[in-house]
Amino acid sequence: MKALLLIAIAVAVFAAVPLVVHSNVVLNFLVVTLMIALAGQGWNILGGYGGQYSFGHAAFFGTGAYVTAILQVEYGVNAWIGFAAGIVAGAAVGAIIGGLAFRAGLRSSYFALVTLAFAEVLRILASVAPITGAGVGLLVKLDLRAQSFQFQSRAIFYYVILALVAVSLVIAQLLERSRFGTWLIAVRENEDAAMALGVDAFAVKLGAMVLSAAVTAAAGCFYVQYFLFIDSGIAYGTWISIEALLTPIIGGVGTVFGALVGALVVKSLGEGAKLVTGDVPGLDLMIYGAVLIVVIRFAPRGLVGAFTDARERLARRFAAPRPPVREAVRG
Amino acid sequence: MVESLLSVEHVSRRFGGLLAVNAASLSAPTARITALIGPNGAGKTTLFAVISGFLKPSAGRVRYGGEDVTGEPPHRLARRGIARTFQIVQPFAGLSVRDNILVGAHLRHRARAAALAVAEEVGREVGLGDMLDRPAHTLTVAGRKRLELARALATEPKLLLLDEVLAGLNPSEIRDVVPVIRAFCARGIAVIMIEHVMQAVMSLAEHVFVLAEGRIIAEGTPAQVVADSAVVEAYLGHGAAAKVRSANVH
Repeated sequence: MKALLLIAIAVAVFAAVPLVVHSNVVLNFLVVTLMIALAGQGWNILGGYGGQYSFGHAAFFGTGAYVTAILQVEYGVNAWIGFAAGIVAGAAVGAIIGGLAFRAGLRSSYFALVTLAFAEVLRILASVAPITGAGVGLLVKLDLRAQSFQFQSRAIFYYVILALVAVSLVIAQLLERSRFGTWLIAVRENEDAAMALGVDAFAVKLGAMVLSAAVTAAAGCFYVQYFLFIDSGIAYGTWISIEALLTPIIGGVGTVFGALVGALVVKSLGEGAKLVTGDVPGLDLMIYGAVLIVVIRFAPRGLVGAFTDARERLARRFAAPRPPVREAVRG
Repeated sequence: MVESLLSVEHVSRRFGGLLAVNAASLSAPTARITALIGPNGAGKTTLFAVISGFLKPSAGRVRYGGEDVTGEPPHRLARRGIARTFQIVQPFAGLSVRDNILVGAHLRHRARAAALAVAEEVGREVGLGDMLDRPAHTLTVAGRKRLELARALATEPKLLLLDEVLAGLNPSEIRDVVPVIRAFCARGIAVIMIEHVMQAVMSLAEHVFVLAEGRIIAEGTPAQVVADSAVVEAYLGHGAAAKVRSANVH
């Protein structure tokens, strides 16, 4: 209950921003940040709670993006339906990759490499297949109407992505309190021990992969509606795989707010550095690397984890000396 | 003869050229403690792994509750009521003691509140009541062994496989855990324990199987088994039984 309240407060704070800030630059920054947070939260479900570190979440982001775009551009399907179909398609790709990788018993770095390989194969296929626009990419026709999932005002896009992020936060919170989530965490901690306690590790990991893929795919679907363009390098490029895993790792793996906090920190630093130095190419990646090293060295459980630890340490420091004092008074 | 809940029939398990378990048969009745003893490397843990589904037997059958369950995966056997502990303890190190036990409790209770209640009750029963909120990795060896017991018990098993839960404990810790195991049996759980602490085997088990070099070489009451010359030789070497006997005579 307390955790849901925290989510509500966080979302309310974000929701108030467009009422105060009217700068399109700031709103654009926040929209992109929230989109990365959403992709990262998808990764966090599988990687953070399930301990299965994927290096290829681009496979889901890209599939969501392409399905949304192709259905509209090639088949004239309504954008909202395309959006939903993109999420379902992303989940299906998650089921296929997860089914193959987990059935083969791939763990840790082997799993990471196989997911990376799948994403790269999809990128190469998308860069040559006619239906994905091959090397040129796909442009979604400009049609600024709500029924086309396009909005004149950036603020509305902002509220759409905020709503999606809110849903992803609630999903993580429900995961922490559910049997499925408990089993998923058990698999992360020790797969053999979990199986001995009746956990179907394969089914649990596969379920997490599908859910994870669906959330990250939603970010891809949103990308297409927001930028109205997609190509193979954006959809299936390693940039999104990296940002999807970087944000929850920096923010705090296996925590509800990890991906959101991580996205805010990473994106702020990246944009801030660009403002100071001008647009030096690759600078944001260097900053990501530096932040990652610092976080892994000093806060291996991410910023949210470090915050929780610090709060507990403070609580202990203040709680500990009390009993003796009371004793003394009584004596 | 009591109806046996588990019967292992001529199970063999081969690892390449090594026949770790060789046509071993044993049975375990409900509400009784059965012990599986034998020298190091006899294949006891391998046999447990076959019974609990972590390894498939190369030959032979495992029957449980009248059904053939040979080769079923561990999680399905756990649902049927077979729980095991690990010789090398496998706590969910990052979780609290309570959450560790909760994983097991969730097997029979979907709702979190009900599972938490079971976890707390089981935690108290094995003597971890004061440590429920501690991270599992801060427990002592004895605490971790209790945690293994608690997690297995939380799945509400009918058959409990205990792999050396007393090893590494000091005598007073053993005295604390023995009644806990006896209580499992009293509530109708069939217990099979692999154990090297003979004092505990003698006091707990009603029936003992002795495994040596993959084969069951003797079975019977604890008193019968320790008097068996094949058992003495398995532990002390060829010809040892005769020497022990002559030493006793003089």
